This record gives sequence, structure tokens and C-alpha cells, in this order.
Amino acid sequence: MQQNKPLHNQIPKRNQLYRKVLIKLTLETSKMYHIEEMRTRLTLNEQSLSNVHTTDFPGSYSGYNDAWDSRKFISNFRVKIISIDDKEMQFDMIGIDASIANAFRRILIAEVPTMAIEKVFLYNNTSVIQDEVLAHRLGLIPLDVDARLFEFRQTDDLEGTAEDTLDLELNIKCTKNPSAPKDATDPNVMYKHHKVFSGDIVWIPKGNQSDVSCVKPVHDDILIAKLRPGHEIDVKMQAVKGLGRDHAKFSPVATASYRLLPEIKLLSKITGDDVKELQSCFSPGVIGIKQNDQCEEEAYVVSARMDTCSREVFRHPNLKDKVKLSKVKDHFIYSVESAVGLAPNVLVSESIKILMTKCRSFLRELDNAQDKEMDTQ
Amino acid sequence: MELRPHNFKMDNTKHDLTKPISDLKEKWLLLPEFLKVKGLVKQHIDSFNYFINVDIKKIVEANKKVLSDADPNWYLEYLDIHVGQPDVEESFTVTRAVTPHECRLRDMTYSAPITVDIQYTRGQQRVIRKGLAIGRMPIMLRSSNCVLNGKNAAEFAKMNECPYDPGGYFVCKGVEKVILIQEQISKNRMIVERDRKNLVSCSVHSSTHEKKTRVIVIQKKGNFYVQQNALNEDMPVCVVFKAMGIESDQAIMQLIGTDENLMSLFAPSIEECQKLEIFTQLQASRYIGSKIRRQRGSWGFVRRSRTDEAREWLATTLLAHVPVIDWNYYSKAVYLSLMIRRVILTQLGQLEVDDRDYYGNKRMELAGGLVSLLFEDLFKRFNTELKKIADLTIPKPRAAQFDIVRHMRQDLITLSLNNAISTGNWVVKRFKMERKGVTQVLSRLSYISALGMMTRVNSQFEKTRKVSGPRSLQPSQWGMLCPSDTPEGEACGLVKNLALMTHITVDVEEEPTKRLLFNLGVEDVYMLSGEEIHSLEGYMVFLNGNVIGVTCDPENLVYTLRLMRRHGYLNDFISVCTNRAHRTVYISSDGGRLCRPYIIVKKSKPLVTSEHIEELKRGMRSFEDFLRGGLVEFLDVNEENDCNIALDESLINHKTTHLEIEPFTLLGVCAGLIPYPHHNQSPRNTYQCAMGKQAMGTIGYNQQQRIDTLMYLLVYPQAPLVKSRTIELINFEKLPAGQNAIIAVMSYSGYDIEDALVLNKASVDRGYGRCLVYRNQRCILKRYANQSFDRVMGPALDADTKKPIWRHEALDADGIVMPGMRVQNKQVLVNKSCPLQTSVINKEQPPQYQDTPSSYRGPIPSMIEKVLVSSNNEESFLVKMLLRQTRRPELGDKFSSRHGQKGVTGLIAQQEDMPFNDQGICPDVIMNPHGYPSRMTVGKLLELLGSKAGAVEAKFHYGTAFGGDNVEVLSKVLSDHGFNYLGKDCLTSGITGESLEAYIYHGPVYYQKLKHMVVDKMHARARGPRAVLTRQPTEGRSKDGGLRLGEMERDCLIGYGASMLLLERLMISSDQFEVDVCGKCGLLGYDKWCQLCKSSKEVATLKIPYACKLLFQELTSMNIIPRLKLKPYNEV
Repeated sequence: MQQNKPLHNQIPKRNQLYRKVLIKLTLETSKMYHIEEMRTRLTLNEQSLSNVHTTDFPGSYSGYNDAWDSRKFISNFRVKIISIDDKEMQFDMIGIDASIANAFRRILIAEVPTMAIEKVFLYNNTSVIQDEVLAHRLGLIPLDVDARLFEFRQTDDLEGTAEDTLDLELNIKCTKNPSAPKDATDPNVMYKHHKVFSGDIVWIPKGNQSDVSCVKPVHDDILIAKLRPGHEIDVKMQAVKGLGRDHAKFSPVATASYRLLPEIKLLSKITGDDVKELQSCFSPGVIGIKQNDQCEEEAYVVSARMDTCSREVFRHPNLKDKVKLSKVKDHFIYSVESAVGLAPNVLVSESIKILMTKCRSFLRELDNAQDKEMDTQ
Repeated sequence: MELRPHNFKMDNTKHDLTKPISDLKEKWLLLPEFLKVKGLVKQHIDSFNYFINVDIKKIVEANKKVLSDADPNWYLEYLDIHVGQPDVEESFTVTRAVTPHECRLRDMTYSAPITVDIQYTRGQQRVIRKGLAIGRMPIMLRSSNCVLNGKNAAEFAKMNECPYDPGGYFVCKGVEKVILIQEQISKNRMIVERDRKNLVSCSVHSSTHEKKTRVIVIQKKGNFYVQQNALNEDMPVCVVFKAMGIESDQAIMQLIGTDENLMSLFAPSIEECQKLEIFTQLQASRYIGSKIRRQRGSWGFVRRSRTDEAREWLATTLLAHVPVIDWNYYSKAVYLSLMIRRVILTQLGQLEVDDRDYYGNKRMELAGGLVSLLFEDLFKRFNTELKKIADLTIPKPRAAQFDIVRHMRQDLITLSLNNAISTGNWVVKRFKMERKGVTQVLSRLSYISALGMMTRVNSQFEKTRKVSGPRSLQPSQWGMLCPSDTPEGEACGLVKNLALMTHITVDVEEEPTKRLLFNLGVEDVYMLSGEEIHSLEGYMVFLNGNVIGVTCDPENLVYTLRLMRRHGYLNDFISVCTNRAHRTVYISSDGGRLCRPYIIVKKSKPLVTSEHIEELKRGMRSFEDFLRGGLVEFLDVNEENDCNIALDESLINHKTTHLEIEPFTLLGVCAGLIPYPHHNQSPRNTYQCAMGKQAMGTIGYNQQQRIDTLMYLLVYPQAPLVKSRTIELINFEKLPAGQNAIIAVMSYSGYDIEDALVLNKASVDRGYGRCLVYRNQRCILKRYANQSFDRVMGPALDADTKKPIWRHEALDADGIVMPGMRVQNKQVLVNKSCPLQTSVINKEQPPQYQDTPSSYRGPIPSMIEKVLVSSNNEESFLVKMLLRQTRRPELGDKFSSRHGQKGVTGLIAQQEDMPFNDQGICPDVIMNPHGYPSRMTVGKLLELLGSKAGAVEAKFHYGTAFGGDNVEVLSKVLSDHGFNYLGKDCLTSGITGESLEAYIYHGPVYYQKLKHMVVDKMHARARGPRAVLTRQPTEGRSKDGGLRLGEMERDCLIGYGASMLLLERLMISSDQFEVDVCGKCGLLGYDKWCQLCKSSKEVATLKIPYACKLLFQELTSMNIIPRLKLKPYNEV
């Protein structure tokens, strides 16, 4: 006992010290890990989301260097195009702050100019559709034209020029089909031109417009009005360049939006019956099943990308604590659907150009302000 | 259609296992079949049909002879009466059939000629005339005489009529008028009540074609009296019995009952009679005669003896509905004795007092009944006029023979009927009935408001009275009247709406039922003594409140009657019920009873089986077949009380007699639109019932053909994603009023407090909530007595440019506005001018004209949709113009969901600022979550889930009351499609681009746009018109009025001490006026001169409100002198 006593006293002391260091070290690493987690991931909890905000500026966390580093940014920033065709495009934008990513979305919706019918001159409309409603419907028809070739029209200009206005015409009259059988009840058989489609709109080139482009509605099968024999629509239209901010008809995208890349972490091994249950909690293809070392079925995450974040797993008490759902804060899965003639990639690059112009003009303003300040001093 | 968990209760599986009955899940299919023949507005049509086909003939039969005092040989006899098809007299003697829509457009009355066949004497000849018109009857749309009767949809379209329009209203002078259902206490029934002194009385309202009287048996100091309006004082009952020929006290006592309690309570009344020394019928009659109020006869009043008067009173006034044959009052005596017996038994506590608010004691008066009352009165008046003419004309020597046909003028009946329907004032002189507001203009705000109006029930109660009884929900209302649909405020609980399956009966002939009763062993009262009537084994039998007799085997009688009714030997709507406490069997065949169909259950099995339903589905069975086959029957409120009705199959036990067809039918039309109403707090459903009527949408397939004074339409109406059975049944999907908006339940921007909504600008741009407002303007061009007429001139041209002046810019060459033009405030629509001289014919000078243009007024320009040039009934030109405005939603426009959750637009946000979900969907509407906790509209939450599930599955879900798709099913659909089980999405803020910290409840909800829009209400004025009398600014927006600084605002300023502000607001900015006041006499002078003092010495000028000056002058004119005492301000 006596021999043991000093030992007993010493060892704990040393141990304590050792433990302190160890705790400090683990604290440090776990803190780092935690901060990293907070910086880059938002967590989907059962009732709410946490860490949704961007902390991508210096001084957000003590002991963490968040200073802007353009080299770091360049090395991190990536754009990956997932799929693209002339109507729709999906791409990943990785390593950028939400505000910038959102700026592109906002610009795409509201600030990329397009051409749309703005003025409707009604010469005759004997259909059941009211003049204003007809004009409204015509306005919403997307036109297949590159708005970059045109200028904005002056507000006081009523005529328009070849540089800023497209002239269109819709002239249609419904008649009885003389060759229809007498007992026909189908309006398609009984009448001619009883449906007015966007394809019936005719472009009248103005000046040298026909050399530059060819204008027609993007879709030929948009139903504008239904007619009956004797009804007639005779309108002339002017399409001008405009911004989605002013009216939704000028918005070039059906939708432009993004979502964050989901991330699923299995906190513990999930085996046995739970595997199938887990699989059913996510979109197909998210959770895979593999044979593990113990020859059991074990669940693993194949790809969280497809998950719709329905959080179904939280409804299963046995699985709830074994899964962590989060999203990568700087990984934006963009999807842009073009509504007008331009391809979505063109629209995106347009939006980037617009943002750049804005930045440039902002910088210019700043310079001017600085100059002015200098002048006054 | 298949996804419908029949029962939302948890334990239905247990029942299903034990019950052998196969599922009757589709028994709701009976409903559409039912609605084809009865229900909704059919009761109006049925009652009107009954009137024009049956009742009118009875009325004529009862008043068929017109005799003259002047010539005993002269007579006029009506042989038959007939109401024809609606037509219009186009010009002299040219008539042509007319459609209701033409009447609407041309401001005419949709009416048909009433023709009679008569036989009368002309001199010595007897003449028969057939088809003689005596007037015109407004025709109810879709009634048997309407042109729409039995037409198909294509024929409806040809007549510009909507096939879903319910009909049941009249078109009177171009206005659609509904005769509201009037609810009143039932006639000819005993009602035992306790008054304030806790004394029991029994009253009877008797009503026959001839008379309406009221008799009350009351107690006073232990004696029983009969109270009646024609009597000067209360009449001891024994005197009445004696006057009716029951002279022996023993007989009287036996009639009332010889039970010891009865005898001891009634003895004082017998004693009183003794004290009055009335022993014989003659003495009694004399006594009664002396108490009868003498009528002030106007002319030709023949004074009769007192006994005659008493006899007359007994026969016709006292309990008028009990028949007296050959002056035999026995049945009347029995009836009176029963009244007394009931009072005593109630006093003793053996019977309960009757409930006035109980729906078995109520009758609904419908269009047919009301028009019949009016017509009978008019027909009688018509005949007395004829008699008067005959009396006056026959004695005069004349060249031509007196021909009564020449004096039969059509306008009395025509004008009175038209007038009553268009004003709603029902004046029936012989019943001293004067009712106001019987008819109302059919509200065409939306299809639902029109339909809702047709099912409205108006109570006769005074709205100002503060009694809760008639207003509160009555248990007997179950299934008959909607528990939710009632207005808020003063008419709350007094105006009600019929439930979906309610039918209101029409009168059924009494005689066959009576004969049948006697055949079934009912012993006639005339044969029975009092002792026999009240014998212990006997049950009294009542038919429509009259004693028929006594039966010894009431169970068998009731059973047989019901059996016969089920097999069609008795009318379907005759109700039979036993009242064990009263020991009576009540049989009713009168009109106005509320009833509804039930499935009959026998031996714990519903008679309707799934095979029947299968046949129904295949169209091999109709509702009529179910009735005829004795599978389904109608029960009225009284009979319902006598039955054991199971709510659904699982609740059937050995006592059950009937099975409910579908529980959701206990709601009405308006409440039927609400999805999951059984999950809402009940006032919310009531609010929605009121708001559904203000929602704009579609009003009918003929909406584009109509020229209404005001019509609101939605440009893009949608059928709701969550519908209910009621919605399908009433075709709301085909004529919807609202749009499915994607809503996000979240806070946004602070412009959403107090239920305000945030709208997405892009949605608004694309047509969400866009509406059309139609208004009409009319112009009548008259012809005057001197052959001059209003003229319409083409547009005036500007002298220089030769173009029409600005005010006439919209005019066509004919001087009437061009369709398609846009008109602005003060622009002329019809360039009309009136002649200055309209009475004198002046041939030398050409007539002079004055411009009286019909011009457009309104701050917002309108488009001319169409112009109608026609003529109305008076053959004057009629120009109707339909003006249109298209409005997109703006700040302050009112929207509402279907759960009584209304809100105004607080902000219209840019699409890029709106939050969006992972798929890029951004909401159309953002609603603040604070709307939920206090309102507890769980139904709205469920609707969102249902719509969202419906949207992802591309199908409609059901939110039918007491059923509807299960939440678990809906949530499963969502999670199967990768959405959150609870309907909450991860949304990203459109402003910051970061995820929102909360999951957002997000999905489609059906939203209605309500008629309250900012443009119709916004108003401001700086300077403007003033009222003539007071010189104060006018009141109200329509008159460009000022905004009043009211009393309370004034109080605030007084409290604050802002006296100069007050002076400015109340006088300087209002009606400042300079007056000259004489400082000496204090009266108002004029032109610096006091007329009283004849001097201008002390006259001072001061400023007072004009209203004040006016008051002084008015007081002066009443001989009150207001004197103003003036002092220089520095001497105060």
C-alpha cells in the first residue's frame, strides 16, 4: 500500500496532464471539423434546417481563416454541365457563395431581355374572347427570336423601327366545312379554323429584318381562341424587347432555379430488415445494398444527388438517429429551362454578362464617387 | 370515385366483420338520381306546378259563380281555368312565344295568359265562351308551363339559356326575382305553451281558404277561457260548450276526461258557468252574442240577432279549420275539449309543452302557395268588380245587351301579380296580410350565390327581437336545413338554407286518406262519446290537425298506413307518426312540410342492396323505382322522430328502421363546397358560406349573352383540385368560382400581417386572379303625347378638323356607341336629345330639342362589349349597352380560401424575390401562418395535402364532409412521389439565395377572388360638390363626397386642444358662411341692415357654419327666436 501510494499519486497527475493535452487536441480537431461542417453543410433536422446561412466571410469563426483568397476560389470553383439540349439544361456550380449563384437565377428570371408582343391593334374580333384577354394571351406567347439583335424601344415611340419592333399579324376566320357530313358533331369536322393556334401568327418583316432573323412563335400549338362560323379575329401586333421584371412575358426562362446537393451520411451500420426500409425512405437509386464482411446486407449511400429531401427517414424511429441528412452549401445544382428561342446555355452566359456589366458599372460608380470625393477634398 | 373511405371512424373494421351486409359504399349514387327529380330548387318548381295545374282550378271552383243583385237571372260561371305558355304581344293581336332570355334582355315579364272558360247570360241567351283571357301569370322558369320544360342542353343553348341554371325564379320586367321560402308556424295545430306567469295555454292558428283565426285556451284564476279576437272579453269554456249544444255538465266533463285530477282542475270552470246562470244552448248563444265585437260594416250591413251572430262565430270563426256540417258542432267541441285537456295535463306535468321552434311544428311557404294566396284574392276582387259592374249596368236601359265579357279587363290581375313579384310586397286583403320583402332579386354574383338564394329560407320572425330560441340551431333541423349556412349579424339564425336532400311537400287531397282511415278501423268522432274518446286503449287519430276518430290498434294502423305508402297506395309525402304521450296518431298530408328520403331497413338489413346500386349505375333504375319498390321513402320531421335512423350501416341494430343515404347531405349547397368541413371550427364554415356567394367566377353558360347591371367574371376560372360530392352534384366544377393557387404558408416581408396575402407578380402577369367586370347602361327613347319623340343624333363634328369632338369620339354614325370602343369618363354613349314640348302639338314650328346624352361615368375607362337595340313592352326604344373592364389583382383586392380565411393583398412581390422549392416552383400566394392557430381551419391544411397529392397524381381528390380522402392516403401519395410526408418543402429564399430555416407548408389551395376590389372603393377629394340644403360637402363615394371628420375624431381633437384645426375642419373647410348679425337685437340681418331695428348701426359681420344659420332661420320660422349676443372680442 505504501509503495503504491506515491505511484498512485503520480500516475493520475501525469495522466491528468496527458488527458488535458489529449482533450485539447481532440477538441481542436473536432472544433475544426465542426466549423468545417457548419461552413459547408446545412443540416436537415426533423423539424427545421440548421446552418442555412452563409458564413463565407472573415471572422465568422474564431481561429478559422475565412479570408477571401482568389487562388483558393479559382481552384475550388467548378462548373459541371450535367445535361443540355436546346430547351433545358442542368449544371452544377460548385464552390461559390449563395448570393452569387442566386444572382444568376434572379437575372435569368427578371433581367435577361426577350422579345414579346406588347402592343395589339385590334381590327376585328368577333370571337367570344374579350379584346383585353385576347391581347393578354397573345402577349404571353413566347417568340422564337434572338432579342440580342434588337434594341429597347423608346417609351414615347408608337411606330417602332426595324431595330426595335417586330410586326406580327393574326388574321383568321372560321367557316363551316362544306364537305362535312350532315350528322357530324365533332367541331374539328364541322368547321374550318375553329381553333386559333399560335402557329397562325404571321410575322411581317420590317425593313431588312428578314435578312437577319426569322421570327415565329416557339410553339405552334398554343391555343389562343376557339371560333365558330362567322367569328373572325384580325389583329396586328408589335413585339418589343423587354425585361421579365416589367412583365412575366418577357422572362426568358420557364424556370431557372437551383437546389443544393444533398448529402446523406449513415451514422451507424444499417443491416438486416432496416436496409429495405431505409432504401424506401429515399428516392430510388440513392441507397444501395451491399454484402458486408459478416455476409449481411448492409445499406450504403450510392448517390445522394437524386434525393428529393423528403425526409421520410425521420418518420422511422428505428432509423431516425442512424442517418444524417445535409446539403452542401456551395454546390448548386442548377436547372434552366428556356421558354424562348434561345438555348439555355446562351441565356446563362447572357446572365453572366449582365452581372458583369452590373459589376463594371458599380465599379465605375465607385470610382466616380472616389474621384468626386477627391475633388471635393 | 373509387377512393372514398366510407367511414373515417377507427373501429369500422370490427363492425364490418360482424355484419353480414355487403358494402353499400356507393349508396351516394342515389343522390344524383334524387336531385334529378327532387331537392335543391325543385320544391319551388313543384309548388308552382301544383299551383298552376291544380290549385288554380280549385280556387276557381270555389269562386265559380258571380251573381248580380240587379238581375236574378244574370249569372257568370267559370267552367275551367288554364294557364298557357309564355308569350309576348308583339303588336296588336300578334303574339309569339318568348324565351326567358329575351325577357331578361328586353326588360319584359316572362308571363303566360290565364284563360278561362265561362258560361254566362247575355240578355236571354246563355253563352259559353272558351279561352277568354283574364290576365297574365308570371311563369316560373323550368316549371311545367315554361318553354324550358323538358328541353335538352342543345335546345337550351339555342334559347341562350344555361343548362345548369336551376330555374325556379321569375323574370319580371327583365329582373330575375326569387320568391324566398317563408318559414312559419304550422297552421291548424295545437301548440301548448307556458307563459311568463307559468300558466299553460293552448293556441291554434286556424287557416282555411276563407278565414284565418286564432284561438287560445287560457287559464285565469283556475278557470278556463277561450280567447279570440272577435270577442270583447275572454269567454268561459263551458259557455262555449253549451252554445255548441253540449248542455250537460257531465258530457262536458266526459269530453275533457273523467280522471280525478282533470275533474278537480276543471270543476271551477263548470261552477263559473253555473254562476253565470247559463244552462241552455240558447242562453249560451245569447251570452256569446253579446260579447262579440260588432264589425263596423261599411255598406249594406245587415244587423243580425245575437244568437245568429254567436252561431256564425261558432261555425266559422272559432277553430275555423274544424268542419261544421249542418250546424253540428260536435267535432269542434271535441277539439276544444282536447285543447283544455292538454292544458290541464301539461299543468299536471303529464305532458310536455310544445316547442315552437321544433321543425315538425313549422311549415314552409313556397312560391306556389304565395302566388296562390295572391291570385285567389285577385280573382275574388276581379269577380266583385264584375258584380259591381253588373249591378250598375244592368238596370240602365241600353241599346246593346249587357255583355260581361266586354268588362273583363286583364290588367287587374296582370298588374297586381307583376307588381307583387317585382316589389316583394304581398298584400292579401282578406287575411289582412301585408308582407314585405317576399321576393328578392336573384343574386348573379356567382353560380353558387344564385343557387344559394334558391334554397334560402326566410323566417317570419322580427329581426330586431333579441330572442335566442328561433335563432339557435334546432336538433330537428338535422338533415333538413344546413347547420352552417346562415348570415352573420341581425338575420343570424333567422335566414337559413335547405340541406341538399330536403324536399318541401305540396298539398295532398285529404279525402282519400280519410276514407282509407275509416276503412282501417278508425271510428268516427261523431259516433263516440267523450268517455269513449278518452278510453285507455284508444288512440285518437288526427289528419292535418283535425280529429278524425279513435283507433284501438294504433300500431297496426301506423304499420298498415306505412306499408300502403311504401307500395304506392298512398301518396309518398303523407306522414304518419304516433305520439305516445298524447296517445294520438298524427297523419299529415298538408303542404310545406320538410322531408327527406331515407333507405328503409328491415330486420337490420337495408332494403337497398349493392345489386340495386349496380342497376342504378347501369341506368336501369331511377329514384322513382326505389320509391315505388318500397326501398326508399320520404320522412318528414315528425315521422323522423318516430323512427330509428342509422347514420351508416355499421350502426344498424335490431331497432333500426331507416338508414341515412349519405351524411354529407345534411349540409346545404354552400357548405357543400368546403373541403373537409368536419375538420373546421364551425364558425369558419359559416363564414365560408357567406363568402362563397361573393366569389367571382362563372355564373352560367349564357354569361356572355347576359346584360346584367353588374356581373363579375374570372378570366381563367378553374375547378378545385379537392372537390366534394356536393361540388359534383351541383355542377360547381363546370361553373367554378376560383383558382388553384400554390400557396406557401410562411411569413414574408411584413406586408402580410392581419391576414394580408403576398401575391407573385409573375402569376398575376400570367392571369392569376384576373377578372372581368361588366356593367350595363341603358337608355330609353320615348314617344310623347304630341307625337314628338326622343331622337338620337350622330356625333358632333369639330368645326376645324371635321372629326368627332372628344366627347363623341366613341359614337357610331347612328349616335350610339360602337362595340369594341374604349370610353372614358364623361364620354357620350348615346347622343340622345329630348323634345322641349311634349304635350302641346305645335305644327308651325319644328320641335325644339334639348341634349340629354347618356354618358359614361367612372374614373376608369371601360370597353363597350355589346349594344342591344330593342323595344320594351311599352313599345319604346330600348338601348342597352354592356360595358366591360378587365382588372388584374392589385394591392387591397380581397381573396379567400374555402375555409372562411379571407385576406387582402398586402404586397405583390417580384417572382425572383419569391421563395422557391427544389423543383423551382415558387408560390402564387404567400399566406401568413398566424392565420391558422386561432381559426383552427384544419380543413385547409387537409385541402392543401389533397390538392398537392392530386396535382402529383393528376387526379382530383375528395374532401367530402364526413368522408373524403384520408389524410394518411394523401400523405402516402406525397411521400411516394418524393415529397415530404407532411407536405412541407425545403424552400430557398429568392432574395438571399439561402435555404429558409424552416420547412414550409407548400402546395395548391383553391382560392376565391371576392367581389370587393380596391378600384371600386378608392376615393379621395379635395374640393367638390356640396349638398344644396346645408352647403356641406356631399356624402358618399358615388357623389364624390367628402371624408367626414366624425364625432369621435372631433372628440380627440377637442381633447388635444387643437381648436384652430377644429375650426378649419368643421367650418372653414365645410360650410363657412358670412352673416350679418345685429348686435342690438341679436337677429340675422341682411346687407348690413337689421330689418327689425331698422338700422345698420350695430350690425356686425361674422362667419358661422351655414348649417347653423339654417338652424336659426328654421327656429325663427317656428316662432323661436335665437338671439346672438355679440361683444367685441377684447371685452370678453
